[in-house]
Amino acid sequence: MVNLVKASFLALSLFLVACAAPSKAPQSLYDEIGGAPTIEAITENFINEVSFNETIYRYFEKTNITRFREKFNEHLCVTTGGPCTYTGDTMLRVHQGKNINEADFNTTVDLLVNAMEKAGLTYPQQNQVLKVLAPMRDEMLYK
Amino acid sequence: MSSKVVKATAAGCVIFLASPSMAAEGKILATAGLSQLEGSGGGGLTPWATLAGYDSRDETAASFFMTDVNVSDYRLSSIGVATSFYDRVELSLAQQTFVLPASLITGLSLSSEQIKQDVVGVKVRLYGDAVYSAYPQVSVGLQHKQLDSDFVASYLGAKDDSGTDLYASATKVHLGAVAGYNLVWNVTARATKANEMGLLGFGGPDNNDYQIMMEGSVGVLLSPNWVVGMEYRQKPSNLSSVEEDNWTDVFVSYMPNKSVNITTAYVDLGTVATKKDQKGVYLSMTGYLW
Repeated sequence: MVNLVKASFLALSLFLVACAAPSKAPQSLYDEIGGAPTIEAITENFINEVSFNETIYRYFEKTNITRFREKFNEHLCVTTGGPCTYTGDTMLRVHQGKNINEADFNTTVDLLVNAMEKAGLTYPQQNQVLKVLAPMRDEMLYK
Repeated sequence: MSSKVVKATAAGCVIFLASPSMAAEGKILATAGLSQLEGSGGGGLTPWATLAGYDSRDETAASFFMTDVNVSDYRLSSIGVATSFYDRVELSLAQQTFVLPASLITGLSLSSEQIKQDVVGVKVRLYGDAVYSAYPQVSVGLQHKQLDSDFVASYLGAKDDSGTDLYASATKVHLGAVAGYNLVWNVTARATKANEMGLLGFGGPDNNDYQIMMEGSVGVLLSPNWVVGMEYRQKPSNLSSVEEDNWTDVFVSYMPNKSVNITTAYVDLGTVATKKDQKGVYLSMTGYLW
């Protein structure tokens, strides 16, 4: 039995690794989640989520929402592989001086997840969006 | 160091260091993991590099857990508390109660049907964030164990009734890695002399030195609230009087929110103290106080 479990453990690991290997993507994540209308819905939901969260809204008090909406749309579009050009500032520049702590960062991720959920993204799609955004965390925390 | 002193100190730390304003909500759901049999944050059988609470680097966290393992001839329950500070240090305390079958009790003319063991754990995160850093999160830790009575251990040939395990763990969450689902894995290397986790003492006639044992877990998050996976724990074989086998399990974990998680698993412990094919159900609950 131990051997059987060991074997299945190994098999599962191999299966997971095989799944994790890059397969040929027929379309970009941008297309998969529904393109521009979905991106715009996520942005709108996110703005809404933020405006109802006291802790996180603090960071956005002086934000020009019209500009934020435009740049956030462009940014999400580009990072998910959509046909857009990002015309905003670098992530470092945008978050500099705000000294965002880890707890607030993670709360904001939760708000973004809510925004994606409400825009109709499935759990795997949400994970993939988070995956392309995750490397930017270093330019956002404690700057 | 008596276990009472340790308990009192740990309780003191918990009360002194934690104030509600530092309450931990900071991490993403499920990243606090589960409570390990010996009290550390981890999977069920093996400690992970992640700490036991949802604390970010500005917060503290505390949790308690209850675990019950029912296999063919034995029952093991483990209860304990864990605190973590600023996503850096974890302190844990567990008491294990190992209930022996009647045949062994009469065979050895034991006065008690139970073996109790206290485990004090310390873990320090050295590097990384399991979700966000490019490389896995890495932690090192120790588990100091003390049996309440050395009768069974010494009868079986164990050299000591207390011992300290040292371990290093690496844990990584890969976002969207398996058809869009998040994959989590952990590998732990443990230096130990413990027989059956220490319940049958430490060291023995076949070996009385530290040996490196490998442990591993792999899981998939099916949703933000459900995790399924498997675990493996290699074990030493120090006693010539009884066999000792490696452990495996298959688990399902439910985390409805950041206050509680419930885990059930099917465990295969192999031969434990002369009894073969020890398989059964593992049930565990962790409650997060803050």
